[in-house]
Parts: sequence; structure tokens; C-alpha cells
Amino acid sequence: MESNMSGPYSRLPATEGRLASQRSETPPVDLRLNHALGAAEPGQPLDQNAGVAIEVRHLNFYYGTRQVLFDISLPIRQRQITALIGPSGCGKSTFLRTLNRMNDLIPETRIEGEAIFDGENIYDPAIDVIRLRQRIGMVFQRPNPFPKSIFENIAYGLRIQRKPHRQIQEEVERSLRAAALWDEVKDRLKASALGLSGGQQQRLCIARALALHPEVLLLDEPCSALDPIATLKIEELLLSISKEYTIVIVTHNMSQAARISQYTGFFLNGRLIEYGPTAELFKRPRQRETEDYISGRFS
Amino acid sequence: MSQERVSLSKARQQWIGWQRILRVQRPGDLFFRGITLLFVLIVLGLVAGTAWILISNSLPTIRRFGFSFLTNKAFDPVHDVYGVLPAIFGTLMTSAFALIFAVPLGLGAAIFLVDFCPRSLRLVLAFLIDLLAAIPSVIYGLWGFLVLAPWLHNAGEPWLQQHLGFLPLFAGQPEGVGYLGAGIVLTMMILPLIISVSREVMLVTPIAQREALLALGATRWEVIRHAVLPFARVGILGGVILALGRALGETMAVTMIIGNQANEPSLSLFTPGYTLASVIANQFGEATPGLFLSAIIEAGLILFIITLITNILARWLIASLQRQAQGSRGGRP
Repeated sequence: MESNMSGPYSRLPATEGRLASQRSETPPVDLRLNHALGAAEPGQPLDQNAGVAIEVRHLNFYYGTRQVLFDISLPIRQRQITALIGPSGCGKSTFLRTLNRMNDLIPETRIEGEAIFDGENIYDPAIDVIRLRQRIGMVFQRPNPFPKSIFENIAYGLRIQRKPHRQIQEEVERSLRAAALWDEVKDRLKASALGLSGGQQQRLCIARALALHPEVLLLDEPCSALDPIATLKIEELLLSISKEYTIVIVTHNMSQAARISQYTGFFLNGRLIEYGPTAELFKRPRQRETEDYISGRFS
Repeated sequence: MSQERVSLSKARQQWIGWQRILRVQRPGDLFFRGITLLFVLIVLGLVAGTAWILISNSLPTIRRFGFSFLTNKAFDPVHDVYGVLPAIFGTLMTSAFALIFAVPLGLGAAIFLVDFCPRSLRLVLAFLIDLLAAIPSVIYGLWGFLVLAPWLHNAGEPWLQQHLGFLPLFAGQPEGVGYLGAGIVLTMMILPLIISVSREVMLVTPIAQREALLALGATRWEVIRHAVLPFARVGILGGVILALGRALGETMAVTMIIGNQANEPSLSLFTPGYTLASVIANQFGEATPGLFLSAIIEAGLILFIITLITNILARWLIASLQRQAQGSRGGRP
């Protein structure tokens, strides 16, 4: 293991002076970066009156006989950004995917508990999963545009709902504007989406989800395949749409969570260790594990 | 660097020049290249040799009958007059029949195996289907002759005639043996091939594309239609071509059930007929040197050419599909 620390990475200033055995995949929170980005304090200002969009209660999740989520309970607040952080394999992505039943795809999974969304339990077998996914959109780790034109990518979700052509045209422009992509692509809507850069593709995927007017937008490490500039653009975009949409973002990047979210949940080994306003969680964590993780004494 | 290069001996420089010409770095690579090239040449030689033998041995009938060999329906060793029109027609008819039924059935089965089948059942079914492909064709032929043909004669064909007799396809006397029986047997024989190939290519549809569609509220059918099938299209077509090749050339099973009569080409599926392969299988035992043997070999030559043409068409189709796919994937404008 130690030998991995040799090579160019051992000379990076960021790792200098830290223990050689400490090899977290993500750099610890660096508040200097926050200053550089103009956010002195962790966390975005809270809306105290924000209602609850999804109330998750006592959620357990199993792959076969292996339990991967243990008794998760937390509220997802309306029109706020909730960040889910934690080391790899802690269950945060699995949790996110339970919120729009994407885990249904994986055979031999089992779920217990409930998640109340608009008065209904998401895990109720009788719920209309297709309608649910239209109301709770999702953006994935790697940009996954369809091998079609930019226009068709956005239009697809509306087309399968048989929306009229005029409305589709309007929605494509509205969504691309909301995703801060309109100016870059308005002259080549008929060009293939695969010709866009990675960051543009990811914003296209966000626009594709927004075209359906979802109430909740789930993002599973949307910036992990992107460079810092593209990451910053996505963050700005998320902040700009957070007035209208409830957003849940899984991120490996703790400074990202600190920069853009109002609420943060910290996952470890399938348990929700701590949940609270981002400012408090980063400045005054109540749990020892949280403190260890956000200060980087942990991997 | 530059100093090193200057100090290289002239011989070494020449050696490097040779390497560049041969585009190899090491003698081992050169040897390996030579061996693989030899294998390719052997295959090419076999194809060319086959073509040569077929052509040179069918020269007597080509000279004697010319183009009328293709349009003459009699294959008559007694009067030494030969034509293979019924056989060409039968070959195309039974293969088309088999494709028309096996492609939708096979695709449907593959979709079920990939997307809907419970996991525990999936492996068992896939194994059984692969097993079907391994059954010797003589077994299919035996089943066709002993089970299918009598049933068609007594029940299947009369029923079709009674209910669908207004179609030219189901006109004529039920005989049991004929195009219908041969088509059904061929369908069964190529079905496992189409299922296996389609299943393999559908399985590798990127999960990201499926998830992208599902997250937009697509149904399972929409996922299949808009992600799985477009992705697997080229591979499925490849499987269909393989299947067509098998159907065109299938000899044993078809010979046992097609009836082996040089009848006038007819749309009626009840007609006993011939295929090119079954003509050869039926007649070669009695063939005497001269026009008779030459006619049989020319039948083989025509089958060879039909297979060649379908394969070239298929390659062309696949290539244009791939170009299309790349076009939609294309770079920046």
C-alpha cells in the first residue's frame, strides 16, 4: 500500500505533511478553496420554512441477503439542495437510487421501510413507477446522452408522453436555458449530442431531466467525470435552479457539498451517521465519525 | 539522443531501415506475421480452389445448356436434359419462409431472455437453446419425415386450406411433404442460431443507456425499442445472415421432407419440390460421368453463387448500418 504513495502524487503539496497511510480518494475539505470560489462559510443559506418533499423512514435495503442500508430516516426538503457524502461503498448512491426506484432494475434486491412523496409511499408495489420517475428525475455519474441530436435528447422524454410538437420545441429551449447550455448549442441543435464535451454532455443530461418538469432532481456524483471548470459550471447551474427544484446530490467531493448544499447527510457503512444543515455539520459535527471524515483523518 | 544516432553503425542503420519497411520491430514479429499470413492464404486458396473445381467441372453443361440451365425445369437424366429452375425457386422459397418466421420468433425469445426472464430460468433456457443448435440435421429431417409430414398431410394442410384456401399460398393438394414442411423444419433449425446471437448482442447494451431512458419514465418496451434494439441492430443482422446461410445450404433435413420433385415453381406451399442442395444429395449416387455429373456440379456452383451474393449484400447492408450509426454518433459540425 505504501508504495502507492510514491510517484508523482507523493510530491503534491496537498498531501505533504499528512500521514502516508491516509489515502482517501477525495481530498479533505479545504476551506481555502471555498474562499477562492467566493463562499467563505460552508453551506448555502437555509430556507427555514422549506417543506418536506420526501420523508424517508426506517429504510433498509438488501442485495440478496446482504444488507447495504440500515434504518435510514431523513427528510428531503423542498427546493433545497441536500448533499449526501461518505466514502466509497457507504451506500449513498444506493440510497439515492431507491428514491426513484432505479434499483428495481437490479435483480434480487429487497427494500423495507417507506419514503413518503406527495402523500404516497414510493416503495408501495402499486405505485406507478413510470409516473414516479417522471416526477423524480435523475442524472448519472457519467454523462449518458443518447446517440441522437441535441434536440432529440431533450425531446425524448416529452415524445414518449406524446406531447404536442410546439410544446416540445418550447420545452427544449427552456430546459437548455435552465441548464445554461442554450447559448452554446442553439445553432447546432441538430448535431449529435456525442460531439459535445463531457461537461456539456452532463448539462445536456440535466436539461433532459428538467424538460419533464420534475419535482425532485437526483444527481449521482454528476461531476466525478468532469474537470474543475466543468464542475464549477454544473455547481452554478444547480444553485440557479435550486429555487425551483428539490435537489439531492451524491458527491465524493466534500468541498462541493459544502459549497452548494443547504443540508448534508453523512453515510458510513450503510448507515446515516449524521444529517443536518450543511453549515452546522461541517463546522460543528456532532458525531466523531463525521468529524474524522470531513477533516480527512479517515479513509 | 542525437549523438547516439550519429554513432550508429551503417549496418545497424540499414537494419532499422529494413524494419521500417517491414513494419516490424523484432524477428519474432516477422515470423508471426508470416505464419498468420500463410493461414489466410490457405483459406483464400480453399475458396478459390472450390470455385475453380465447380466451374471447370460444370463446363460441359454450361457449354451445352448455357443460360437455359437456370430456366429449364426438367432435371432428366434419361433424356440427358437438365435445368434447375425448381431447385433455385425451392431454395429461395424455403429460406425466405424460414427467415420470415424465425426472425420475429427469435428476436422475441431473445428479448424475453435478456429483459424479462427470471434470472434462475435464464441460464437454463439459454443452455437448452444452444443445445437445439447442436442437434444433427438428420434428426430434424427424421422428425420432419416421420412426425411433421404425416401430421401436415392429415391435419395441418387440410385445416389451412379450409380456412385460408383463398390465398394462393394454401392452394393445391395437401401432400405432407413439400415447401411448407421444409420451411417449418428450416425455421426450427435456424431459430436457436438467431436467438443465441441476438441475445449475446443485446446483453451488452450499455447499462447507462437503459438507465437514462428509465429515469425519463420510459417503459420496459420503450427501453427495448429505443436503447436495446438500435444498439444490437448490426449484430442481430449478422446473426440473421448466418442463419440465412445455413438455411440456403441445409441439405439433409430438407432432402428428407421437401418431396424431391421437379415441379413447376408454384406459390403453393403444399407443392413438393427441390432445393439445390437436395438435388445434389438425391442425384449424386446415380450420377454418371458426362452431362449428368456436370449438371449436379453446376447446381452446386449456383448454390455457391447464391450464397456469395447474399453474403455480399449482407456485408453491404451491415456496413451501411454501421456508417449510419457512426453518422449519428459523429463529431462536431
